[in-house]
This record gives sequence, C-alpha cells and structure tokens, in this order.
Amino acid sequence: MIKKVKFNINNITLLITAGLFLVLFTFGSLSYDRFFSLSTFLNLFNDNAYLIIAAIGVTFVLLTGGIDISIASTIAFTCVFSAYLLRLGVPEYVVIPVVLLIGLLLGIGMGYIIHTYHLQPFIVTLAGQFFMRGLCSVISTQSIPITNEFYKKMALSKIKLGSGKIYYYVFIAIIIIIVAVYVLKYTRFGRSIYAIGGNEQSSVLMGLPVKKTKIAAYAISSFCAALAGVVFSFYTLAGYSLQNIGLELDAISSAVIGGTLLTGGVGSIIGTTVGVLIQGVIQTIVTYQNLNTWWTKVTIAALLCIFIVIQRIISIRTEKGKK
Amino acid sequence: MKKLYKLTKLQAFWPVMILLFILLFNGIITGGSFFEMKIVDNHLYGRIIDIIRNGSKLMLLAIGLTLVLATGGTDISVGSVMAISGAVACSIVAGSLLPTAGGNVAIAITIAILAGVVCGAWNGFLVSKIKIQPIVATMILMVAGRGIAQLITKGKIVTVNSDAYYFINGGYIFGLPFPIYIVIFTLILALLVTKKTAFGLFVEASGCNPNSSRFAGIHVGAIKLLVYTCSGALAAVAGLIESAGIKGADCNNAGLMIEMDAILAVAIGGTSLNGGRFSIPSSIVGAIIIQSITTTVYAIGVPPEITQVIKAVLVIFICLFQSAEFKSAIMKKIQIRKVA
Repeated sequence: MIKKVKFNINNITLLITAGLFLVLFTFGSLSYDRFFSLSTFLNLFNDNAYLIIAAIGVTFVLLTGGIDISIASTIAFTCVFSAYLLRLGVPEYVVIPVVLLIGLLLGIGMGYIIHTYHLQPFIVTLAGQFFMRGLCSVISTQSIPITNEFYKKMALSKIKLGSGKIYYYVFIAIIIIIVAVYVLKYTRFGRSIYAIGGNEQSSVLMGLPVKKTKIAAYAISSFCAALAGVVFSFYTLAGYSLQNIGLELDAISSAVIGGTLLTGGVGSIIGTTVGVLIQGVIQTIVTYQNLNTWWTKVTIAALLCIFIVIQRIISIRTEKGKK
Repeated sequence: MKKLYKLTKLQAFWPVMILLFILLFNGIITGGSFFEMKIVDNHLYGRIIDIIRNGSKLMLLAIGLTLVLATGGTDISVGSVMAISGAVACSIVAGSLLPTAGGNVAIAITIAILAGVVCGAWNGFLVSKIKIQPIVATMILMVAGRGIAQLITKGKIVTVNSDAYYFINGGYIFGLPFPIYIVIFTLILALLVTKKTAFGLFVEASGCNPNSSRFAGIHVGAIKLLVYTCSGALAAVAGLIESAGIKGADCNNAGLMIEMDAILAVAIGGTSLNGGRFSIPSSIVGAIIIQSITTTVYAIGVPPEITQVIKAVLVIFICLFQSAEFKSAIMKKIQIRKVA
C-alpha cells in the first residue's frame, strides 16, 4: 500500500510537470508564428544546458532533505577562475580538471561541516555562497574574455539537425542526465539517498552509510555546479564575478516544479530536467511577447508556489491515508 | 571577579567585545581620525555616525529577523520586500500610483508599510497554515518580490522629488540623523513587547519546541504569523530608508543580498539559528559589527569584495561555536591533551 502511495506522488507531479510543459509549448506555438519548430525546442537545450547540469546536482542534495544555495557562486567562480588561468596561458586540459576538483572539494567541505556538526545546510551553503562570490571578486571584478582555442571550438561547434542545431556542450548535459538517472535508480548509493531523505533516523538504524552518502550528495552538487560553470564559460566565453546571481533559486525551483519534495525522499532527474525546460519555455515566450525579463521571475515564482501547495496537499492526503 | 564572570555569560558580551575590538582596530589604523566627530550646521558628522546611519536598515531587519529566527524559521524575502515598499512609496510620491493621494508623503509611507505587512503576512500564512518550510516559503517571495516591485514601477527607476520624503534618510533631529530615531523607537517598542508581555516567552517557546508549546496552549501558528508580519513591516521601513537615501526606487538593487547580512547579524548576536533564546539588543550589536566591518574594509583600502569572504568565514565560525557537537569535539581534544 505504502509503495503504491509513494508511486502516486511521483507520478502525479511528473505528469503535471510534463503536461504543463506541453501546454506552455502549445500555447507558444498557437500564439506566435515560427514558435513551433525543432529549432525552438533544441534551443531550450542549447540555452539551458548549464542550468540542467546545476539543477541535477542540486536535486541530489534536495533528495537527502538538504539544500544547496552555493551553486550560483560556484558557477561564477569556475568561470572567472578558468578565464583567469587561461589568460595566464595555462592549457585547457589542466584548467578544466583543476576547477572541477575545486568544486568537488568545496562540496566535500560543506557536506562534512553540515553532517558532523549538525549545522543547518542553509547557513553553511550560504557561507559557501559568500565565500565563492568573494573569491571571484578577489580574482577580478572585471569581465575576463576567454580566447582559448579549445573553448572557442566548444562554443561554436554544433551539429545541424533539420532546421535546428545542437551545440557540443549540450551532450555534456545529456551525459550527466543519463549518469544521474542510472546512479539514482540502479545503484546502492542512489537508493541510500532516497532512504536518507525519507527518514534519516531509520537509515542510520538500517546501517546505511549516512555520513558518506550525505557528504557525497553535497560533493555531487558542487561538482555539477563546477561542471555547469565550465559549460557556462563555453556558452559565454567570458568570466565575470557577478554573473548568475540568483541562479540557485532557478535550479531549486526547477527541481521543485519537476516534482522533488523539499522535505527529501521524493523526486526524479527527468522531472528536474523537464522543470528546467519549463523555465526555458517561459523565458522564450516572454522574449517572443517582447515583455521585460522580470515577467519570467514572477511566472516562475507563481508556478513554484502552486507546485509547493500541490505537494503539501498530496502529502497531507497520503498521511491521512496511512492513518 | 565573580561579577566579571557573570558578565561574560551574557548573550551580548561577546558581540560587544568583537565590536569594541573592531572599533579599536579602526581607531589605530586611521590614527584616531576614526573617532573624530564634527558639528557642521548643528549636524553631527563622523565615521561612527555614518556606521550607525548606514547600518540603520540592517538593524531594523535584524530586529524582525531575530523574532523569526527565534521561532526556528528564516525569512530570506526581506530584500525583496524592501524593493516593494520602496517602489510603492516612490510611485505614490511621484504620482504614478494612486494619483488621488496627490503625492502625499504620509499616505505613501502608510501604504508602503501596509504592503510590507501584507508580504510578511503572506510568508507567515505559508509557514504557519500551509506548513511549508520557512526557507522555501520565503524564497517564493524573494524570487517574485523584485518582479512585483518592477510591475509597480513599470520597470523604470522611479525618482522622487520631495524634501519630506528625503527626510526619512537625510533628516536631522537634535543633530542626529533621523534613521537613528527610527531604530531607537523600534527597539524600545520591540523590547517592551517581548519583555513586558508574554509574547517574547511565547516566541521563545515555539522556537524551542513547537509541539510542547502547542500542548501548553500556545497558538504557535498565530505567533509565527505575527512574527513574519513584523519582519515584513520592518523590512518595509528599511525599504523606505533605502529609497529615501537614493531618492528613488531601484527595484533591481534595493536590498540586494541584504537578507544574508541580516541573518548574519542575528547569528553574530548569539541567537541560535535553530530557534529558542533570543536577544534583540545583541542582534543590533551584530548589525553594527557587520556595518563596521564593511566600513573598515573601505578604510584599509582592501577591495570591498573581500568583505564577502570575511563574512563567509565568520558565519561558519559562529555557527560552529553554536554547535554542541563542535564544542564537545574540542572539549575532548583538550581533555586528551591534559591526560597526556
């Protein structure tokens, strides 16, 4: 019975999310000429590849019942630091591993502090946010252009697909999606993550490696943020210390719209991906409509609110059903 | 000696010590000019006055947030609420909103604070009735708030031309800047309500253990609703000071990232972020500390961006010292050393 109920939460929100995406896309197609095309659809991926990666990372943390608001700063730091290193003449095959490693270490550090000293994830990752953003500005307050050949190649290389095109870096996002789906569904680690989010106390009693898993979740989140930073630097070919302010909220709201419960334990990678695409569609519609970009924010916040309330109603009902 | 020991046990002791240290440090590196105060046209000028005046917004937010954090919640929407209240007030004064008011400053201020109250009540409603986690509930308004503010100003930076409105930030009474009076007034009011009525006790109780408080007959939901509403109203006042300072409403930048500073101020003041015991005066000291750090960084000539790194390290240390696990880990190490 319980299994069936859980299955329902997952299903309902995912269905609503997918339905919403279709409704928005159809709305756009009916309202504007040339909206309905393969290229519009593919551009959703081209423009949001970095957000997909970041949102998937943060989904891992949300599933354990934590929160990570440091990712936007990590992305900015990765961009600025890689741009800085590349300008010094360090080759790309050194720069990329180094920035990814920094992301990984930051995540491990934050996860360790959160778990060992029982601090609120919100506060620790907030400190992480300040720290990384501060380091960005210490490196440079001006935008640093990237002139490296490899980065340029990644920024411009694309595959033509009918009327549309896919940039190479989108494949990084697709690989991350596949790996994340596999890890969460078919490995012991993935199932531990769901278990910890469901009930940390019982997971400890069950003998699951709670400490390792939680730290790993934060490490994954920060690593994905660093990777998103690399993709973002392909996308913009520059590093600027103030870029992506507020992106952590975009990533978290994508996950929520995609059906991740913020109390942990419920959610899926596919849902998160669709959540990002919904934001992409809203952005596109806002651009077509020639509205100011702050409309995107208002719409997303409204959606976020509706989805959280729906989640609450569903979980209250399931609690009642259990009794 | 015993009295001194008792003094160190006060919640405000360490924050005050830190503040004195920072001020002393400032005094030394500036060769004393830091403490200089001049009276020009019957107005007091000086670095200290600057710190208090610029920190007034932060102090107001810290008062509201202390109560919210004491109930075990957080409010990260204060920056956006500042933007909304600034937008409302400036639009009314400039006449683009509610033209029947004819740019009346008093009406503008009242409606702006009402807007803050509504925002706060909305947060409180989500937290206490729908039972959404406070971070997430207030995040909704944080994301939407700036958008709403932009809707009010129609995406423009509204500038106002009214001396009465400028007075909120730039005015002087008896030689002291007007924002200081706002802070003192709010502080006295908050202290009266929390110390002289049972409200403070109720807040503390709902933060310590919401369940047993409910069993004891405290309306935890109502307390939370009230606390978030206070925070919203105070954020609105802070928004008024900010917009009066820049003589207009800049929805994109008003109160940007200030919620982090405000939470930090409360944390430095020693109020646990997990709820429970709180002290409003300590939070005020915390806010002054943050403002002094910012001023110090400008004074030494270090790039101001580094303040964020300093703040980050500070937050982590303060939280670590609040954590029971960390304390016991350190204690163990000390004991092992003694044995060896």
